[in-house]
Amino acid sequence: MAVTPPAQRNWWKEPIERVELIWTVLAFLWGIAMFATMILWHVVGKQNLANEAYRISPDVFMTRTEAFAKKYKVREEGKTGVPVVRPPAGADVYMLGRLWEWWPVLELEKGQSYRLHLSSVDWQHGFSLQPINVNIQVHPGYEHILTITPDQSGQYGIVCNEFCGIGHHQMTGKIHVVERKPQ
Amino acid sequence: MTTVDVAAGQAVAGRQAQFRSCPFTGLRVDLAAQKLIIANAVAAVIFLAVGGLFGLLVALTRWPAVHLLPAELFYLVLTGHGANVLLFWIIFFEIAVLYFASAVLLNSRLATPKLGWLAFILMVVGAVMANVAVLQGDSTVMFTSYPPMKAAPHFYLGLILFAVGALVGVGIFFATLVIAKEERTYEGSIPLVTFGALTAAIIAVYTIASGAIILIPTFLWSVGLIGTIDPLMYKVVWWGMGHASQQINVSAHVALWYAIAALTVGAQPLSEKVSRTAFFLYILFLQLASAHHLLVEPGISSEWKIFNTSYAMYLAVLGSMIHGLTVPGSIEAAQRRNGFTKGAFEWLRKAPWGNPAFAGMFLSLVMFGFIGGISGVVLGTEQINLLMHNTLYVPGHFHGTVVAGTTLAFMAATYLVLPLIFQREVAFPRLAKIQPYLFGIGAAGISLFMMGAGTLGIPRRHWDMTLADASMPYEFSAAAFLMMGLNGVFAVLAALGGIIYIVVVVASALGGKKVDASRPAWQFPVTSAAGANVAKYGSHGTVKLPGTIILVGVFFVAFMLYYYVNWKYLSAVWPLR
Ligand code: HEM
Ligand SMILES: [Cu+2]
Ligand SMILES: [Cu+2]
Repeated sequence: MAVTPPAQRNWWKEPIERVELIWTVLAFLWGIAMFATMILWHVVGKQNLANEAYRISPDVFMTRTEAFAKKYKVREEGKTGVPVVRPPAGADVYMLGRLWEWWPVLELEKGQSYRLHLSSVDWQHGFSLQPINVNIQVHPGYEHILTITPDQSGQYGIVCNEFCGIGHHQMTGKIHVVERKPQ
Repeated sequence: MTTVDVAAGQAVAGRQAQFRSCPFTGLRVDLAAQKLIIANAVAAVIFLAVGGLFGLLVALTRWPAVHLLPAELFYLVLTGHGANVLLFWIIFFEIAVLYFASAVLLNSRLATPKLGWLAFILMVVGAVMANVAVLQGDSTVMFTSYPPMKAAPHFYLGLILFAVGALVGVGIFFATLVIAKEERTYEGSIPLVTFGALTAAIIAVYTIASGAIILIPTFLWSVGLIGTIDPLMYKVVWWGMGHASQQINVSAHVALWYAIAALTVGAQPLSEKVSRTAFFLYILFLQLASAHHLLVEPGISSEWKIFNTSYAMYLAVLGSMIHGLTVPGSIEAAQRRNGFTKGAFEWLRKAPWGNPAFAGMFLSLVMFGFIGGISGVVLGTEQINLLMHNTLYVPGHFHGTVVAGTTLAFMAATYLVLPLIFQREVAFPRLAKIQPYLFGIGAAGISLFMMGAGTLGIPRRHWDMTLADASMPYEFSAAAFLMMGLNGVFAVLAALGGIIYIVVVVASALGGKKVDASRPAWQFPVTSAAGANVAKYGSHGTVKLPGTIILVGVFFVAFMLYYYVNWKYLSAVWPLR
């Protein structure tokens, strides 16, 4: 009985039941399969989070993002007049999280790849791209660089899903994905 | 009805322990241990009451049609919910379980009850201090308290005191094992349940150490003695505590599954070796599982993530999957020996579903596996985590583990602790009978609907899914709103179940009838005739377990399907590297 000492003192010499053995082996193999799937996805899958990241001071990141926004700004949007920035295809693009917005708004071309630099200038934030539901943690002091390839046009919302104080639920941003301009 | 015999404490250290002998099991119960078990269990239930109320308020606020609390209060209450239920309720109860599994099950006196009271007081002071800090309103940092967000110093101090108290309690457990061995209060090896508790205790040491390593500097930072805390380093170490501590919960509730199965239907392990190895896997492989909280963080390599979520997690998952077979398997074997041999499932149909200890245990087993377990592995997959990190899927998953699994198992165990340790009959038996079902269905509902809302993108810890005051508008789908409404409905059910539990426990403890050992309201197979049939060790000859094989087969197929469906979802999002 599980609440009393094992009835046979040399319990470690007991034979293992066949069902137990089969199930254990099966569960073990399943673990291997799941392990292999993750590795395989790095080879064949198209969605793998970048490992490229650097330490950066929030001030420097802010300066770079502002310079980027100024350079490629095409218009403003929203109650607070956030710049909408349209970088050329393949460019390095910047987005920062701060209390409480994702800044600036990006306008990207469908099917093009961009190197997106993400960081925070104050607290941690959660970059949550909707409705495709891609979620990435954003830290102050770390610049995370990922290559994204929007494959459908439309408007994408960004919400914050790391609690960042009383304005957490007001923190949003936007990415427009537009059809490629005819050359 | 209790006979108290004053046995001389044989120890050299020489505490004169007072024992009574348990009329149901014949075990000697150290009265000092009994008092400490009662104190810790009562504290646990009080913090569950507070934390559960907070949980209901949170769920009602996240129900769009109700949206109960204003934003500031919502975040405050959410912080209080996490701390009270995840830390205080669970850990107080676990300390009670540790004392029970050592002193009572080993027939021994408890080591240093005085220190036990010190531990208890430290934990109470710490928990109250943290609650005060939260309620004062300047510590709304969530129970994870990620820097650079800063709480009031006494928030961290409260958590530290609580942890130190818990560590002392764990130490007393180890000391009791040593005493029991020296004083030869049992024959051979420790019981499986005690072995499970030992697993929990070993992991607890590791866990509490990680907690101290990170919370002490954070406390110093909050009073201004340290300049900065690196937020990423904090998370790595914090989750060394935060996740590993979930393995304490798993070990503890699995140990209780075995205990309840033994005490309600007379189950015994199919094989001691396999069940013990499965516990041992938890110790070996869960330590670095903090990795799966860091799957979408910058600056951590894929190799590290994969290695730590797989070797560390899957081998521990293996442990749980083994228990997932051996627990129902041992129940089936016992029930078949009890005479329920028809078809694949007579043993299950004729199980004591009217006994809340059994019902709660079995529901906990099934829901922990199907809801909490499967979703946890999927969530902890390196790339798939991108689809779910910090969405409501995450609380959905862990309400499947820590509420439907651990909490329900603890509740179930309470129905045995009341007669065995409090020596009271369970008050309001009719209500107690439905309690596990109400709470279980509620917990399953909130888990599933939060998971559903999460897959639709709804963020966790978020006051307003309409995003009405946001700088840039965005609209979540109508389906997501529906999910949150249903979540609210099931939260009410869970809360009802929780309230009944608390009422039953309080009424039994304060005003319940003293158990009459000659006519106990609850039959324990240990003393009944059924018990005698199954007293023989092991499974030889009995182990045809068609029902269990079907159950685990269904589980396995569900697991594989759900796992690969999520890869399919992942393949549909923007390419990203
Ligand atoms: C009546 C029962 C309960 C209800 C209705 C409930 C409901 C909820 C809801 C709606 C959330 C918020 C999710 C969010 O906004 O992010 C939440 C969070 C949470 N719940 Fe519960 N819960 C209950 C019981 C429990 C229990 C018993 C535990 C632990 C044993 C627990 C542990 C947690 C934790 C750790 C969080 C996360 C807090 C955070 O994000 O900081 N809950 N709960
Ligand atoms: Cu934010
Ligand atoms: Cu936020």
